[in-house]
Amino acid sequence: MKVGIVVFPGSNCDLDVKYAVQDVMGHEAEYIWHRNKDVGKYDCIVLPGGFSYGDYLRGGAIARFSPVMEAVSEYALGGGLVLGICNGFQILLEAGLLPGAMRKNDNLQFRCQNTHLRVVNSKTPFTNACRKGEILQIPIAHSDGNYYADAETLKELEDSGRVVFRYCNPSGEPTPESNPNGSVNNIAGICNHGGNVLGMMPHPERCMEEIMSGTDGVKIFISMINFLEGGGGLE
Amino acid sequence: MSKPAWREMGLRENEYNLIKKILGREPNFVELGMFAVMWSEHCSYKNSRAVLKLFPTTGDCVMHGPGENAGVVDIGDGKALVFKIESHNHPSALEPFQGAATGVGGIIRDILCMGARPIALLNSLRFGRLNTGRTKYLFGRVVEGIAFYGNCMGIPTVGGEVYFNDSYEGNPLVNAMCIGIIDHEDLSTGTAAGVGNPVMLVGAKTGRDGIHGATFASVELSEESASQRSSVQVGDPFMEKLLMEACLEMVRTGCIVGMQDLGAAGITGSTSEMAARGNNGMEIELSKVPLREQGMTPYEIMLSESQERMLVVPRKGREEEVQAIFEKWGLEATVIGYVTGDGILRVKNEGETVAEVPAKALTDMCPVYHPDRSEPEYLASAAKAAECLDLSAETDMSEILLKLLSSPSIASKEWVYRQYDHMVRTSTVVCPGSDAAVIRIKGANKAIAAATDGNGRYCYLDPFTGGAIAVAESARNLVCSGARPLALTDCLNFGTPDKPEIYWQFEKVVRGMSEAAKVLGTPVVSGNVSFYNETESGAIFPTPVVGMVGLVEDLNHIRTQGFKDSGDVVLLLGETLPELGASSYLEVVEDLEGGRVPQLDLRLEKAVQETCLEGIRKGLIKSAHDCSDGGIAVALAECCISGGIGAAITLEKRNMSPLEALFSESQSRIIVTCEKSYVDALFKIAEAFGIPSARIGVVGGETLTICFAGEKSNLVELSVNRIEEEYRGAIECLMT
Repeated sequence: MKVGIVVFPGSNCDLDVKYAVQDVMGHEAEYIWHRNKDVGKYDCIVLPGGFSYGDYLRGGAIARFSPVMEAVSEYALGGGLVLGICNGFQILLEAGLLPGAMRKNDNLQFRCQNTHLRVVNSKTPFTNACRKGEILQIPIAHSDGNYYADAETLKELEDSGRVVFRYCNPSGEPTPESNPNGSVNNIAGICNHGGNVLGMMPHPERCMEEIMSGTDGVKIFISMINFLEGGGGLE
Repeated sequence: MSKPAWREMGLRENEYNLIKKILGREPNFVELGMFAVMWSEHCSYKNSRAVLKLFPTTGDCVMHGPGENAGVVDIGDGKALVFKIESHNHPSALEPFQGAATGVGGIIRDILCMGARPIALLNSLRFGRLNTGRTKYLFGRVVEGIAFYGNCMGIPTVGGEVYFNDSYEGNPLVNAMCIGIIDHEDLSTGTAAGVGNPVMLVGAKTGRDGIHGATFASVELSEESASQRSSVQVGDPFMEKLLMEACLEMVRTGCIVGMQDLGAAGITGSTSEMAARGNNGMEIELSKVPLREQGMTPYEIMLSESQERMLVVPRKGREEEVQAIFEKWGLEATVIGYVTGDGILRVKNEGETVAEVPAKALTDMCPVYHPDRSEPEYLASAAKAAECLDLSAETDMSEILLKLLSSPSIASKEWVYRQYDHMVRTSTVVCPGSDAAVIRIKGANKAIAAATDGNGRYCYLDPFTGGAIAVAESARNLVCSGARPLALTDCLNFGTPDKPEIYWQFEKVVRGMSEAAKVLGTPVVSGNVSFYNETESGAIFPTPVVGMVGLVEDLNHIRTQGFKDSGDVVLLLGETLPELGASSYLEVVEDLEGGRVPQLDLRLEKAVQETCLEGIRKGLIKSAHDCSDGGIAVALAECCISGGIGAAITLEKRNMSPLEALFSESQSRIIVTCEKSYVDALFKIAEAFGIPSARIGVVGGETLTICFAGEKSNLVELSVNRIEEEYRGAIECLMT
């Protein structure tokens, strides 16, 4: 797998994704400067977390106008794998590659903590290494992760299996107490119609080794490798 | 008649006369402003220099001690750590969010300008009692400001401490520490070498914010100073993130001779300090400085403390390389002058000279003062204050323990650190909440540990011992996490140095710290002094804050405080003495800040630390936690909470009352656990180092019980759930 990691001014999880792909998974990873429009040679594009353009105006609102995003949109429409993590998820929303919007966390605070996630759909290129209903532990770090979509969009997301992750308690129930930011339906990650674009607020690249807070993040990357090798996801 | 300009700017008459003598003429208005800010306490250390010389500053690992923008220590494999702590107290008192945010921004630039990649932030905060709206506002906004800046920069905030005490009411302390990592060959210094080399200003434009910020930091807070709000700068972490990436990219090209951040005293400070370090001069042209607003005078440009700027001296002919890098990051890099050989800082505006002073006159020639000192009168009575208390009274020890655990200074700081991104860079192996933060070094089987410590109450009651304890405790915290302490940085927060009793405190604290640093082998490599922490109602507790770094030589040595497995044996290294004086118990339960501060035997301290490290290195010790605020009872409760498991503890009575046995804050104590079969081996190590040690209990169950040996009834009996609830809920409850 050859992963392209987009670097916007203000991205700061770019190096963590590179380390996860390259040093932990043993695959190739390269940075793509945001002015570059050449993304065709990668098997997957990651929009990493951070504060692109300082979150000015709104998280992702300016980054979506970066030259690279035109190319990423085309890449996504052509079926290429695109993973947006945290700020990357916000950018995908702003770019219209995923539906809905992010509001400020309902507690009005930045939250950096571990969360439990329930894998709602395990038949995506990003979750095929998980069981349906499996509970993952992946940390969050954001102040604007309160996902919102209107009732119609939400129904469509739910009915078509596009809600991929939900915040839940350790036993897998999506309770209000386990929702760290107020997201509607405890949504932590969604994908597009084709399933090839995933946005998630939690950071899989932060839990890739035993010495860090667990290894559940590995499952996301293994799923992508499985998919690219023809082994899973997308029915 | 209005005051003369020099007095308005905070200069003393003898200083003004000296300036005239140095220049051989009257200084003009711009020059006067430059001298006033460079000769302020904040920049010149004129009141503290003589005493700071007491600190040990050398050691095997020290590559750069005080005098540079930050200290540098070798950690092997061709790598070094660069670190420093600095105060931003006064700005935070007026505008807590921006004050704290720019404090973080400033300390990051101090690390950056050594060429190092900042990898971790810590902080040390003090506020008034957390029961007024004002204090809650200050506390909440300071934490938000730190989070705002550090999170956006992508530098994890990995540790720190927060204390609440009336003495900080109206004058909170915000001390920020940054640690960077660097390959030896990339080390840069703030030196302007090479006559003819260009001088470039990079990063943000210059505006009118923060003019005379350093002067403002050198007076007491009052109604008048509150009106100097333009003295508080506004931070833009996005700009600093770009500046950081551009500077680090530039360092790797090898095209620069030196660089320095623009902090206190802005262009004046950075130009004069860089020139003076290189034994050179500098000529700059102010009309070349990119400005944020029109019509700024030379005086304003020279003194502006606009954030996110750096002064860079590249090799002649490589200016365009620098410019290309900054352009890539969307930033400006402008040549504003060049290095000269005459030692003079010459400032021109549209070709006309507006200031002309020897660079070293600004940086080195400020008079050094030896303020009067005298022992404060309160000391004798404060020491005796606890004598009339009846410490043998029959009270419910469980209730007292819960009260201590839920007091804001001791309670969990999760409410604080969950607002900080402490995980970015995926290297934080031990997150906030244990004795020290541990950050692994990717690609090596090593990690570094860091902690901040300082107990103002101890220093108020016994400055010498309090200063020594601050150093000892931070070293102990590192040892508990499996690290060998290397060196320290300090932030010395005190009242007004012109008052003899304040200066007496200052000197005693520094003497105590120096003594401990010598014995424990942890030299002082950087630091900052913050005087004038006073309001109308008096001075703060003398509060030295120690930020210490250590090296974990093998990732297998990393330890946390939480109890691990049922059946593990609990041991106490060191011993408990009847030392309830100056304790958290007296403060929280008896509302008394008095009594005799626990004594510190530095040789014992060193031996306890060595025993713990040896036990960890040999793989005997599973968990380690030092006993500090709240004594052994609080420490045991923390071990249970962190581990999610209970323990049954039996203490020797040794003529102590239950209160003394549980809540004395005797120093040089570490609670460790090990498997049953390792107990004897651990005792042997303790014996070899000549320290007292005792088996005090066993891990297991869902309850913490503590009793005296030979007595049937428990002194403390609480479920881990119950103590965790009190401990974790306290601050959350007060802040929502």
